[in-house]
Amino acid sequence: MDGETSGVPGSTMAGLPLQATAEPVGAQDAPIMLPGYDPASFICELTSRRPGDGGALGTILRRLAALPVEELRRRSAAAERDLFNLGITFTVYSDATAIDRILPFDMVPRVITAAEWRTLEAGVKQRVTALNLFLRDVYNGRKILKDGVVPEDLVLGNPNYRPEMQDFPVPFGTYVHICGTDIVRDEAGEFRVLEDNARTPSGVSYVIENRHAMLRAFPDLMHGIRLRPVDGYGIKLQEAMCAIAPEGVDDPQVVLLSPGIYNSAYFEHVFLAREMGVPLVEGPDLVVENDRVFMRTTAGHAPVHTIYRRIDDTFLDPTVFRPDSMLGVPGLIAAWRKGNVALANAVGTGVADDKALYAYMPRIIRYYLAEDPILQNVETRICREPDGLAATLADLANLVVKPVGESGGYGITIGPRATKAELEACREKLLADPANWISQPVIGLSVCPTLTPDGLRPRHLDLRPYAITGRDTWVLPGGLTRVALKPGSLVVNSSQGGGSKDTWVLVDE
Amino acid sequence: MNRIVSAGPQPLLARYGESLFWMARYLERVENLARVLDVTQTFEASGRPSQAWESVVRINADEKEFARRYGAATPEAVRRFYLLDTDNTTSIPASVAAARQNARTLRPLISTEMWAQLNVFQGWTAALTEEEVAGDGLSRLCARIKESVQLHTGITEGTFYRDQGWHFLQLGRFIERADQTTRLLDIKYHLLLPSLADVGSALDLSQWHALLRAAAGYHAFRRIHPRELTPRAVADFLLLNGAFPRSVLVCVRQTEFTLEQLRARYGLRGTREAAERVEELRAGLEERDIDRIVDSGLHEFLDWVQRMLIAISGSIGTAFFRDWRPSATQSQDQ
Repeated sequence: MDGETSGVPGSTMAGLPLQATAEPVGAQDAPIMLPGYDPASFICELTSRRPGDGGALGTILRRLAALPVEELRRRSAAAERDLFNLGITFTVYSDATAIDRILPFDMVPRVITAAEWRTLEAGVKQRVTALNLFLRDVYNGRKILKDGVVPEDLVLGNPNYRPEMQDFPVPFGTYVHICGTDIVRDEAGEFRVLEDNARTPSGVSYVIENRHAMLRAFPDLMHGIRLRPVDGYGIKLQEAMCAIAPEGVDDPQVVLLSPGIYNSAYFEHVFLAREMGVPLVEGPDLVVENDRVFMRTTAGHAPVHTIYRRIDDTFLDPTVFRPDSMLGVPGLIAAWRKGNVALANAVGTGVADDKALYAYMPRIIRYYLAEDPILQNVETRICREPDGLAATLADLANLVVKPVGESGGYGITIGPRATKAELEACREKLLADPANWISQPVIGLSVCPTLTPDGLRPRHLDLRPYAITGRDTWVLPGGLTRVALKPGSLVVNSSQGGGSKDTWVLVDE
Repeated sequence: MNRIVSAGPQPLLARYGESLFWMARYLERVENLARVLDVTQTFEASGRPSQAWESVVRINADEKEFARRYGAATPEAVRRFYLLDTDNTTSIPASVAAARQNARTLRPLISTEMWAQLNVFQGWTAALTEEEVAGDGLSRLCARIKESVQLHTGITEGTFYRDQGWHFLQLGRFIERADQTTRLLDIKYHLLLPSLADVGSALDLSQWHALLRAAAGYHAFRRIHPRELTPRAVADFLLLNGAFPRSVLVCVRQTEFTLEQLRARYGLRGTREAAERVEELRAGLEERDIDRIVDSGLHEFLDWVQRMLIAISGSIGTAFFRDWRPSATQSQDQ
C-alpha cells in the first residue's frame, strides 16, 4: 500500500499564489513561523519538529505561510459552500423547521508521519483484536470473568450486555467489524486512547469527503506531497461484509440498514451504501420469512445475506428488543441466530466500549495477547471502586469527570473549567450513583493551526481511526481529526461546536 | 488476463422505484406550473386578469384550498399561493421540496450531480421573495424555474444509470406531463372559446399563441399549421400530435414503451395491468380525430384521459410500490 499516493498531479492553476509549489518538497530546512501562532506547551501537529517527515511538514508550513489569510478565508468559504450544496450535511430538526448544517471544515490539514502511523495502526489493530477476543470470551465461557481480571457485574450487569448472544458463534470470532478508536496526544507527545467505539461509530464519511474538499480547494497545498490514500474504505468494507455472509452463499447481497432520512447521520449512511455499491434500506424495506431475510423490490422479495446496520441493538427487532421500535425488522434476530443473515456489528458489542470497561483495557490486552498495550490509556479512576471515588472527590477541580453511558461529549465536567456550583453539582451526582462515573486527569490535547477570526491559531484535536475487521483487521490510513473550534476548548464533538480537518498520513520516503 | 467481475442485474428497492416515479412527477409539475404562471401574465396583460389568474387555480384543482386561504383570485394572491406559500402543497417551493425529499431517499442510487443540483434548486425556491415574484420579475423567475427543471432533466439524461430505475423515473415524467397537458388544454380551451365578438380579433389570436407557448409548442405548431390557428387545430396538436414531446399522445406512447421495457428487459410481470390500461388509452387517442372529440365534448374526453392516467398510476403503484409499506397512508398522491 505504501506505494500508492493520492497527491495531485502537477496541475498549474492560473492566478493562484502558487510560487511555493515550484520548490521541491523539503527543499529548505529553516524553521517557518506562522505570524501570531503560538502553541504554548502543547504539541503542535504541524509546527512541532518530528523526525522522519521527509521535510513535508516544513513544506506544508511554508506554503501555508505564503497564502494570505484573506485567501485562506475565501477558499475555506467556497469549500464549505460546496459541502453544503453537495448535501454533506446533517439535519437539525426543531418544531417546524429542518435546517441542514455542515460539519465545520478547517482547511489546515493534520499531518501524521509514516512512523507515527505505524504505531497508531499497530495499536488500533491490537486494541480491536483484544476487543473481539474479549467479546468472544464474555459470550462463550467467561474465562476472563472467572479469572477475576474484569469484575463480573461490570459485564453481566451492563445494560448493553445481551444474553441473546450467549454461546452464539460469529464468523472468525469477529463481533466488532467496524471500530472507531478515539485517540488524543498528550503534552509529552504520546498517543493515548480516550475511548473505543465498538457499536456503530460514525464519521468515516467525513474522512473521505474532507480529502475531496482539500483536493478541490487547496491543490497547491498538497502538490507533490505523497499521502496515503483514503479511497479504499468502501471496498474494504464490502469485502468484510461479504466475508462474514452465511456459508454457502456465493454472491452475497449486502445492504446497509439505516433509520432513514431523518437520522442525523443519514448522509453517512448514503455515503457508505454508495461506496459499497449496495442498497440503503430502512426497516420496512426488509421482511423475514421462514427465518430468512428479504428486501422488497419491484420484482418481489430478494434475499439479503449481510446487513451493515446503523441502528442500535435495541431497535433491531421489535419481537426481541423494544416492541415499540418502528425502525427494525420483526424476526431479524431469529434469522440471525439461524445463521441465515450476518449482522455488522454483531449484537452486544456495547458491553466492550463502555467507559467503565475502558479502564480495564490494558489488562484485557495483556490477558488475551500477552503483550503490552501499544497505545496507552488515559489514566482512569473508576468511581464504582471506593478508592477511585475517594481519589476523584479529593481532586475534583483538577479532573475530567465523565458518565460511563453517554456519548457525544454530554454530561462531562472538566474540573479546571468548572464553576464552584458546577463542581458541587458534579460531586452530588458522583455520590448519588458512583458506578455511573469515571474520572481522568485533564490531558493537554495536541493542537494544530486552525483558521479562526484572528488568523491561524492553535486549536485542540483528537483523532478517530476506523478499523474494519472481517477475517483480518484493516485500518483506514489516518482517520477523522476533530477539532475544538472554541479557543482553549478540549471538547471536539460535533454536537458541542467541533469541526473537522483532513488527516494526512505521509508516505515513507 | 483477469476477468472483470461485475455484479448481475441489480434489484431495485420498491421504495426507490416509488421515489423515482414521484421525484420525476413533482419536477414535471414544477416545470408546467412555471409555464402556466408565465403565460398567465400575458393573458392578464391582454385584458382579462381575474379570469386568467383564476384559471391557474382551476388547472391545479386548488379552488377550495385557495378560496379558504386567500378568497378572491387576485394576481398577487395567486402568485403568492404558487410561488411563496410553502404551506400550499401544490406551490412550486413545496413541489421542489417534495422532489428533493424523494431525491434524498434516492441519494445512494442517483448521481451526485442530480442530487446537488436539486439540493441547490430547492434552496433558492424556498427563499423566494415578494420582489422576485412581482411585476417584470415574474417572467424571469418562471424562466429560471423552468430552466432549473430542464437542467435536472439534462443532468439525469447524461448521468443517471440506465436500468430499471431510469424507467420508473420516465414513467413518472410522462404520466405527469400528459396529465398537465390535459389540464392546460381543458381549462384554457373553455376560457378561450371565443365570444362571437372576439372571433378573429387580435386579442383572440394572441391568447391562442400564449397557450401554445405555455406548452412550448408554438413554433412546432406553426410549422405544421402554417395557415391556420383555430381552437380545434390547437387541441389536435396538444392532444393527438405524434411528434410534439408534450402532446398527450406522445407521452402515452412513451409510457407504453417504458412499461414494455420493464416487462421485457427486467422481467417485471407486474406491468400487465398498467400496460393494458395504457394500451386502452393509447387506442382511445389514436382512433379518434379531433372533430369527433370536440363534437362529443372535449371536456368529457379530457376527463376520461385524466381518469385513465390516474388508473395507470394506480396500477403501477399497486404492482411495484405499495408492498414495501402496506400500512402507510399514501401522502404523495395528488
